[in-house]
Amino acid sequence: MRNQYDEGDVGRMIDHLVTAIATDFAGDRSINIVGIRTRGETLAERLAQQLKQHGVKNIGRGVLDITLYRDDLSEIGPRPLVRPTQISVDINGAPLLLVDDVLFTGRSIRAALDALSDFGRPSAIRLAVLVDRGGRELPIQADYVGLTLKDVPRGHRVNVKLRETDGRDEILVEPK
Amino acid sequence: MTAETQHRWTHKHLLGLEQLSADDIRFVLDTADSFKEVSTRSIKKVPALRGRVVVNAFFEDSTRTRTSFTLAAQRLSADILDFSGKGSSVSKGETLIDTARNIEAMGVDIIVIRHSAAGAALQLAKTMKCSVVNAGDGAHEHPTQGLLDLYTMRERFGRIEGLKVAIVGDIANSRVARSNLFALTKLGAEVILVGPPTLLPKSFEQLGARVVHNFDEIVGEVDVINMLRVQFERIKSSQFPSVREFTRFFGLTWDRFQRCKKDVFVMHPGPMNRGIEISSDIADGPQSGILQQVTNGLAIRMAVLFLVGQVLV
Repeated sequence: MRNQYDEGDVGRMIDHLVTAIATDFAGDRSINIVGIRTRGETLAERLAQQLKQHGVKNIGRGVLDITLYRDDLSEIGPRPLVRPTQISVDINGAPLLLVDDVLFTGRSIRAALDALSDFGRPSAIRLAVLVDRGGRELPIQADYVGLTLKDVPRGHRVNVKLRETDGRDEILVEPK
Repeated sequence: MTAETQHRWTHKHLLGLEQLSADDIRFVLDTADSFKEVSTRSIKKVPALRGRVVVNAFFEDSTRTRTSFTLAAQRLSADILDFSGKGSSVSKGETLIDTARNIEAMGVDIIVIRHSAAGAALQLAKTMKCSVVNAGDGAHEHPTQGLLDLYTMRERFGRIEGLKVAIVGDIANSRVARSNLFALTKLGAEVILVGPPTLLPKSFEQLGARVVHNFDEIVGEVDVINMLRVQFERIKSSQFPSVREFTRFFGLTWDRFQRCKKDVFVMHPGPMNRGIEISSDIADGPQSGILQQVTNGLAIRMAVLFLVGQVLV
């Protein structure tokens, strides 16, 4: 298994995501794209930009902080700062694309789905992730995956770095 | 990431602002930003404290603080229990600690206490396993009021550092003044305490404030004026001048307001005595932050309950 993916690799993964998403949503009048803080937010922004270039119209944007919806708050102790959730668009009735960087146990996505249900009822919710590293603890799967990693040891971290926040695009698989 | 997002909250109790670091205080204010957003949603509730029990133990009268804590706990999905000194076992002679231990024995996670004795919250924190949040202890501290005041100032000016803040009135008996003073000085504001010598001992200078007995001397140079409530329960004492005299020298009258900075921000912790410490025209005017204080108080209390609730025993 490779443990490092560079700028070019990440670029191709995102292109692949964009193509698949654009094809599926071509018939929809509008779509809302919501990223999970913090890397999912950046990734969602990039997907939205490229989807626009692919002719997808009326893209609504939102950012979700799922801290307040986690089911493991009491197990992991003090957490970093809770950031505001920003969903100013009406998410009712239109398809919604949820974006995160890494899909692992599925608990973040479960929390995000709970949070979204407090904001409205999209016609459908789809999930796009840059990396699926396996290790699910809940029956949750992604609809769009940039990179599927198999056999990542549980103790390892899949670290996604993005240009906007980290200076360069890179995926590292490393021991914690 | 900035240093602030890396900060970890480690306080199981919130007893006062004197013990908090500047980073702790900023962390609560930043956390409150996120909780303010929750109150703008159509479903104003998050499951962060689901299954937890918060008890409001108020041994002293309160309307807005108690209501604010209750609503804050409800918006975090906690179960909330109201307990007041009057009409309870306290009036039958039970001690504070015994009462609190009995409440705790029912499986409580956070106890919010208001009491007339300074140090009551600290006493509880020493004997109880659950988190303790001080909602006002005698003339000692009222930390959530101090935090919401800072939050409101920061919202107005975009900063705390460098602000000149006057706190005016019965300083000696005011827990609001003390909590504000501790937090403001930690975050780099300049605090000017204003009041008659009987209600404002010089010793406050040791806490880092400028002490002034003539309101007019500083009225034109401050960015914020925080007017304290005239505490009528003490008005008969020899410490206190007559109401008319107090208004004349230490009230925020329309005349005095005209001599303030153009963008002065006026605050009051409530409940206010209109026409005594503050003129109605000012309290209801565009430079008053009084109702914003109440709105922000909810976000601050959500943040505080959430943060102390995360710290493991």
